Amino acid sequence: MKYAMLIHEKPGYVEALAEDEQKAVFAEYMALAEDPRARGGAQLQPIETATTVRVQAGQTLTTDGPYADTKEVFGGYYVFEADNLDEAIELAGRIPAARLGGAIEVRPLVER
Amino acid sequence: MLASLVGFLGDFDLAEEAAQEAFAVAAERWPRDGVPANPGAWLTVTARNRAIDRIRRERTLAERARQLEVPEATMDELDDTVIEDERLELIFTCCHPALALEAQVSLTLRALGGLTTEEIARAFLVSEEAMKRRLSRAKAKIKATGIPFAVPAEHLLPDRVDAVLAVVYLIYNEGYSGRIDLAGEAIRLGRVLAALMLDEPEVHGLLALMQIHHARREARFSGDELVLLEDQDRSLWDAEEIAAGRTALERALALRGRGPYVLQAAIASLQAEERIDWNEVAVLYGQLAQITHSPVVELNRAVAVAQAGATEQAFEIVDGLDLDDYQYLHSTRGELLRRLGRTVEARVAYERALKLASSEPERRFLARRIAEL
Repeated sequence: MKYAMLIHEKPGYVEALAEDEQKAVFAEYMALAEDPRARGGAQLQPIETATTVRVQAGQTLTTDGPYADTKEVFGGYYVFEADNLDEAIELAGRIPAARLGGAIEVRPLVER
Repeated sequence: MLASLVGFLGDFDLAEEAAQEAFAVAAERWPRDGVPANPGAWLTVTARNRAIDRIRRERTLAERARQLEVPEATMDELDDTVIEDERLELIFTCCHPALALEAQVSLTLRALGGLTTEEIARAFLVSEEAMKRRLSRAKAKIKATGIPFAVPAEHLLPDRVDAVLAVVYLIYNEGYSGRIDLAGEAIRLGRVLAALMLDEPEVHGLLALMQIHHARREARFSGDELVLLEDQDRSLWDAEEIAAGRTALERALALRGRGPYVLQAAIASLQAEERIDWNEVAVLYGQLAQITHSPVVELNRAVAVAQAGATEQAFEIVDGLDLDDYQYLHSTRGELLRRLGRTVEARVAYERALKLASSEPERRFLARRIAEL
């Protein structure tokens, strides 16, 4: 099965680390991306770059950012192929954001 | 049987339908042809074959069609041990932490306890419709998210066993509210677990704890009044159930179990003795407090220390606890102050406990204590 791992992170959690720790965390993300079970993923630019778009009564409304003061923000995702949820949970547990104040949402993909 | 079918088919609903069909076939054939030598295995094989027929007929999903390659089960491969083994897998599926706790509890009772949906609904005071929805949501999540039907890997096992035990203990404690006999059901589940996980000390510890507590259920109330352990009529205790609990406890201790359930069972066992060794009880509460870091456990340790005769020392423990909103802290404090001859302070403490008390029997009990000062 394919599982999406949605990374909800504490804003600025990497910058808060010492330089060598930042390097180690980055290496962990790279290692996960290179895992043979990885099927894709992306890292998003920080929350300050976000733009929200809505269409109401045919009018496009564009606003700066999402709502303010969110404690955890969506920062990126992986897609992994795993045999079952236990294997997926184990992979999710290895994503650094999970132990650095964030949380990983694990969701199976719709298989077509 | 259901466990075996879920394992084989990987689908709760299909397994349930197949099981029902098998029972229907049995109801028709057994009176005519006689009951087979191994009725359980006969039903399982019949249900499996019915399910395979159904999959063949439907051929809706590629997933199910693939299962056609599985050869039809024969009577030879299906002895009772296979069925029991798969019950263990079923327990771990039902108690998977990705399911909401209430769903874990309901699924466990449905799939392993053999309660009907209507009975489970009644036990948790929800409508049958709501319980049906809760169960089907849980089954849908198991299927959609790929919750494995397997005994977890070695490194996950301790956590997962804890999760299973927590569900069983929750069912047991619900049993105290006195609706359907959930406490009895939890003990039955505990026995199944103990038979399936012979080497897990906490499994035997939980079974022992439930049995020894359950053995005293008749003595705990006199009419509507709460009866304290020391005032209980011991002739109302179920000696056989206490003995069964102690056997389970011995097994847990022989496995070097020193976990929270084993310790609580050991305490319950000591408290079922004719003369209670309160020093030993205090030592065990001390060990339990080290594992759980619970101030409530520390309070219980203080009570044991006091019962062993060291009132001053007990009072020191109680005074250091951060449990200001906890009724039993104040009632214990009141009792200790009374024993120390500090009557005025004792009254204040008892009155605070009375304000916090939530049940009528407890309020009456505390009022009596105040009047006696």
